[in-house]
Amino acid sequence: MTDTTLDIRNLHARIRGGETILRGVDLTVPRGEVHALMGPNGSGKSTLAKIIAGDPSYEVTEGSILLEGQNVLDLEPDERARAGLYLAFQYPVEVPGVSIANFLRLALNARRAEGEEIGVMEFYQKLQKAVEALDWDESILERNLHEGFSGGEKKRSEILQLLVLEPKYAILDETDSGLDIDALKVVSQGVNAARGPDFGCLMITHYQRLLNYIVPDRVHVMVDGRVVTEGPKELAMELDSKGYDWVRDQVGA
Amino acid sequence: MTDVTKADPDADGLQGMEHTKQYDFRLPETYFYRSEKGLDRRVVEKISYFKQEPEWMLQFRLRALEIAEKKGPPKWGPDLSGLRFENIYFYIRPNERQGTVDSWDEIPEEVRETYRRLGVPEAEQRVLAGVGAQYESEMVYHKLKEEWEKKGVIFLDTDTGLKEHPEVFKEYFSTVVPPEDNYYAAVNSAVWSGGSFVYVPEGVEVGVPLQAYFLLNAQSIGQFERTLIIGAPGSKFHYIEGCTAPAYTTDAFHSGVIEIIAQDNSQVRYSTIQNWSHNVYNLVTQRALVHAGASMGWLDGNLGSKVTMKYPSCYLVGEHAHGEVLSIAFAGDGQHQDAGSKMIHAAPHTTSSVVSKSISKGSGRSSYRGLVQIHDGAVGARSNVECDALLLDDTAKTDTYPYIEINEKTAHVGHEATVSKLDDEQIFYLMSRGLAEDEAMALIVRGFLDPVAKELPLEYAVELNRLIELEMEGSVG
Repeated sequence: MTDTTLDIRNLHARIRGGETILRGVDLTVPRGEVHALMGPNGSGKSTLAKIIAGDPSYEVTEGSILLEGQNVLDLEPDERARAGLYLAFQYPVEVPGVSIANFLRLALNARRAEGEEIGVMEFYQKLQKAVEALDWDESILERNLHEGFSGGEKKRSEILQLLVLEPKYAILDETDSGLDIDALKVVSQGVNAARGPDFGCLMITHYQRLLNYIVPDRVHVMVDGRVVTEGPKELAMELDSKGYDWVRDQVGA
Repeated sequence: MTDVTKADPDADGLQGMEHTKQYDFRLPETYFYRSEKGLDRRVVEKISYFKQEPEWMLQFRLRALEIAEKKGPPKWGPDLSGLRFENIYFYIRPNERQGTVDSWDEIPEEVRETYRRLGVPEAEQRVLAGVGAQYESEMVYHKLKEEWEKKGVIFLDTDTGLKEHPEVFKEYFSTVVPPEDNYYAAVNSAVWSGGSFVYVPEGVEVGVPLQAYFLLNAQSIGQFERTLIIGAPGSKFHYIEGCTAPAYTTDAFHSGVIEIIAQDNSQVRYSTIQNWSHNVYNLVTQRALVHAGASMGWLDGNLGSKVTMKYPSCYLVGEHAHGEVLSIAFAGDGQHQDAGSKMIHAAPHTTSSVVSKSISKGSGRSSYRGLVQIHDGAVGARSNVECDALLLDDTAKTDTYPYIEINEKTAHVGHEATVSKLDDEQIFYLMSRGLAEDEAMALIVRGFLDPVAKELPLEYAVELNRLIELEMEGSVG
């Protein structure tokens, strides 16, 4: 049987030439499931997200990241993306002068062979579907990538791109942070639209709040650069009421 | 340097002279002439003689030569020490583009490769590279020419303009850029050849851009071209010169003068993109005199050459005159693009706007050199300058020399300059969406240029994009 998981094994990593942040992360997300990754500030959650995507400012010193059996650590960020990984950034950058529509067409075509570029109709339909799932107006597609976007709009754009690019696995890095309740609902609606047997997702969040809208199949808890415990969705509720010190005490971290 | 003519240098040949009596570029060239290297009185006299010019033009040229000799090269700006007049032919062949090569095989492989990858059709490639003449465009050109002629529009190469319209020519020639203006304008005045002569009569609008491309066979993009453009009151037109595909030339020196007169309430646009091969010193004077209620726009792209010095200017001499400069510069390895603008507000309620975008890479350097001058009495004048520089790596350089002189209390002048470096976070972000590193860089650069690029005619914008992609390839490493 073929492997259909994103499998992180004993991952150690540090800031290039600097401080060690990950100290042996073990985590598996099967395709078709949505997992939550929780943990206190500074536990290494966002670092893990960036390392999975291939951020060159970190270096992996030990361990592996297996995308359905293939170790992606030797791949460039763009190769990882084309292999099916997606990171929704916590702080998406602005790229002035580049429209979202234009950018997405390039990103889609980057996944296709030369001469087999996406057709106008197919592209338009994909965009339209994604825009609708997020209760957004089509005019957003002509705006430049995150130029003058509010924090909430940037997060929404990250999910829009996810819906258009249709990755096998997505990491959502605090997609809920900075969102008001309406924006949170709309973004959750977008993520839920992506859910299905072919889509695996790791949601990084501080708050139980998000998990009311996107109900996870499983919850992992990270403390001090390691996943220290995991459990069903109820674990998130427990964390919410008892706090992370409770986990620390439990695992003796 | 390749010896570009196959003529016997002793011949000073004069065969087939009858071909010059009429403007007819269908005829094959059967005679050759080139001057000796270097610049002196004898060369200037010969140029005028072979062109069969009126006496006043010969006198003008000689006076300009004296001015050039007195003035000497400017002591500011980029390093021009590699430019040696004694190695330059100031005049080659009267009826063909200067600096041409005789066969496709003589064009360097890298230039041919660039054409191929830009997707330029071979016929066009040959013209761009200076091989042979562009007979294919003749039909299109003639059709447009008929339409223009019906409206009284004159669109000729400058030499023919002088012959066929001596009165208009003499009235305006050298009134905007006199030889005294600067050293290279003086040199151009002494040895000018080719260029475009445009006159659009009162109230006439020309829908299709007048493109110098149509005049290619008549030296419109020569080494010392002299372009004279007159927009009569209320006229409206767009003149386009050049092309984004590399223009190969064996000449190491290009020095043009472009004079534009935008009379009352006219709207004139001049767009040029130069992509000279990287051995060329490109020193050009572009200036417009803008009268009351008129609007002048320069769109200036500098991609090629070794050194470029070019500061398109608007002299806003009538009330409510408006001047605009949009410019793009790309300084790759070994290139210095010293470009900018001059806006002279000499009348009340004049307005101007400058947007300059430069990109530097490797050992390239781009400089913005700009002047905004508001004369006493230019009540309510407004000017806004925005210059943005993008550095693609740690070795590229950029600098800004803004000069602002305000002698009028009611004027408003804004100046904004930004320098940014290609951002690793942006590159990582775009790569995380599946774009390869060079694609990501090219996309950021295109976005940076977008505010200017979207003002370009579509075909130029497309070419510019392809060119940026080519430039970005191999910048990853």
